[in-house]
Amino acid sequence: MTANSAAPATARAAIKKRRSSSPRRLILGVAGIITFLLAWEIAPRVGLLPARYLPPASEVLAVFAQDLGMASLWKAVGDTMLAWVIGLSIAVVAATVIGLVVGMSPFLRKFTNSTVEFLRPIPSVALIPLAVLLFGVKLESSLMLIIYASFWQVLIQTLYGVADVDNVAMNTAKSYGFSYIQRVRDVVFPTVWPFLMTGIRLAAAVALILAITAQLVIGSPGLGNEISRAQSGGAIAGMYALILATGLLGVLINMVMRFIEKKTLGWHPSVRGEVVV
Amino acid sequence: MQVLKQIFYIVALPLILIGLWALGTSGAKNFFVPTPALLAERFAATWFTERIFTDVLPSIGRLVTGVLIAIALGIIIGLLIGLNKWLRDFTEPVFEFFRAIPPPVLVPVLMIIMGINDSMKVAVIVFGCIWPVLLNTIEGVRSIDPVQNETSRSYGIDGFARVRYQILPSAAPQIMAGVRQALPIGLILMVISEMFASSSGLGFTIVQFQRSFAIPEMWSGIVVLGLIGVAMSFIFQFIERRILRWYRGLKEVENAS
Repeated sequence: MTANSAAPATARAAIKKRRSSSPRRLILGVAGIITFLLAWEIAPRVGLLPARYLPPASEVLAVFAQDLGMASLWKAVGDTMLAWVIGLSIAVVAATVIGLVVGMSPFLRKFTNSTVEFLRPIPSVALIPLAVLLFGVKLESSLMLIIYASFWQVLIQTLYGVADVDNVAMNTAKSYGFSYIQRVRDVVFPTVWPFLMTGIRLAAAVALILAITAQLVIGSPGLGNEISRAQSGGAIAGMYALILATGLLGVLINMVMRFIEKKTLGWHPSVRGEVVV
Repeated sequence: MQVLKQIFYIVALPLILIGLWALGTSGAKNFFVPTPALLAERFAATWFTERIFTDVLPSIGRLVTGVLIAIALGIIIGLLIGLNKWLRDFTEPVFEFFRAIPPPVLVPVLMIIMGINDSMKVAVIVFGCIWPVLLNTIEGVRSIDPVQNETSRSYGIDGFARVRYQILPSAAPQIMAGVRQALPIGLILMVISEMFASSSGLGFTIVQFQRSFAIPEMWSGIVVLGLIGVAMSFIFQFIERRILRWYRGLKEVENAS
């Protein structure tokens, strides 16, 4: 705090430095992608890797471009995203509410701790047979896996967040006669929000993994199912094109989540710090 | 008294839940959910046989091998890339893409490239687990305190000694965070690679039980996977506490002041 007066100047210099270095980063990044694609193109062509199993990049990209014009790809993407959105929303809402209620009561926290610690590491794929038995290949079986996997991510982050609430602020709110709802809204939630956002970002990635997994293994409709069909049907280039699509979907989800995090947490030191320091 | 209270907090809710479960399944016969007693009996009958040696231990062996290879490779490659700014910018977008691919889709790919065998299953685990470790190592190395760097340079600490005594310790918290993310992925991939393409292993056995409607046995398999998950998380916490003891201490001092 002593260097307060010097801070704006340093900050400006830092921003300038970032800006000047960013085209270099961009060029290097693009060069990296091009190098990767070239390696992928050349390796099967010269016989380093069998082209039968790994078609050259140009072939896969051509199939990918062709797929982009087809309704079947978009339907698969739509099915995947539908499962992702529903599953993630249910998990986030349930985990936030339960996390706030449990986190704010020391008794409930201690009471549920052992159960949470035991249930959390259970891999959600262990539930695949049960989901198949209960729901077959319908959307519900994907949802069951997605919700189970993302729920814990958000719950744990919410609990950490509530534990981080400043005691003085909490006691002040109490002595000013804040009601439970007011305390949650004005004292607890602002502290929890950065933690919760991290949880949601992690859960979003996990939910996509589980959505694809459910489709791949169980066979509910979506990208995962298309991949397994392309593979068993011998459409190898098509399979790689679909994998490319899942990767791009993953990148997109990550980017959107980071954007939301940055927008809603502009006031928070962890985000502000990235710009200034 | 204090000890009794602790024990109460640990066992109360699990006991209540098991009680509810027993109550819920005791009346009308439920096809999908076995009673706790039946599950316990089938659990012993199913898994305390030669199945431990034919299915459980090989699965765990593949999991451990894959995860350890992924951690070692991730840290080594991460150090090399993290220490070089040029290389870091060069590889970042490609790595971000690979990290974003949901790892289970690697199963069909590696199945056609490598065939259906043990090394393919280990490769699936390695390919899936390496990204969190690798990217976190890069990030950890990148965000090392510049004062530390300059101090070690002016003391003439470089090469292997610098990596061993300065870079690895200060990147350790971040690396451990990556390992923590990698472990559940490894377990998921172990199960999926066996469900998809195998004639043995835990994943295969559980799906087999489900297909033959051996419901209590299937539940017992889910319990085994849960126990492996819990054991893994305990072992990790133990190791993390040992490796990062200095870091936790430092944090406590910082938070107290």
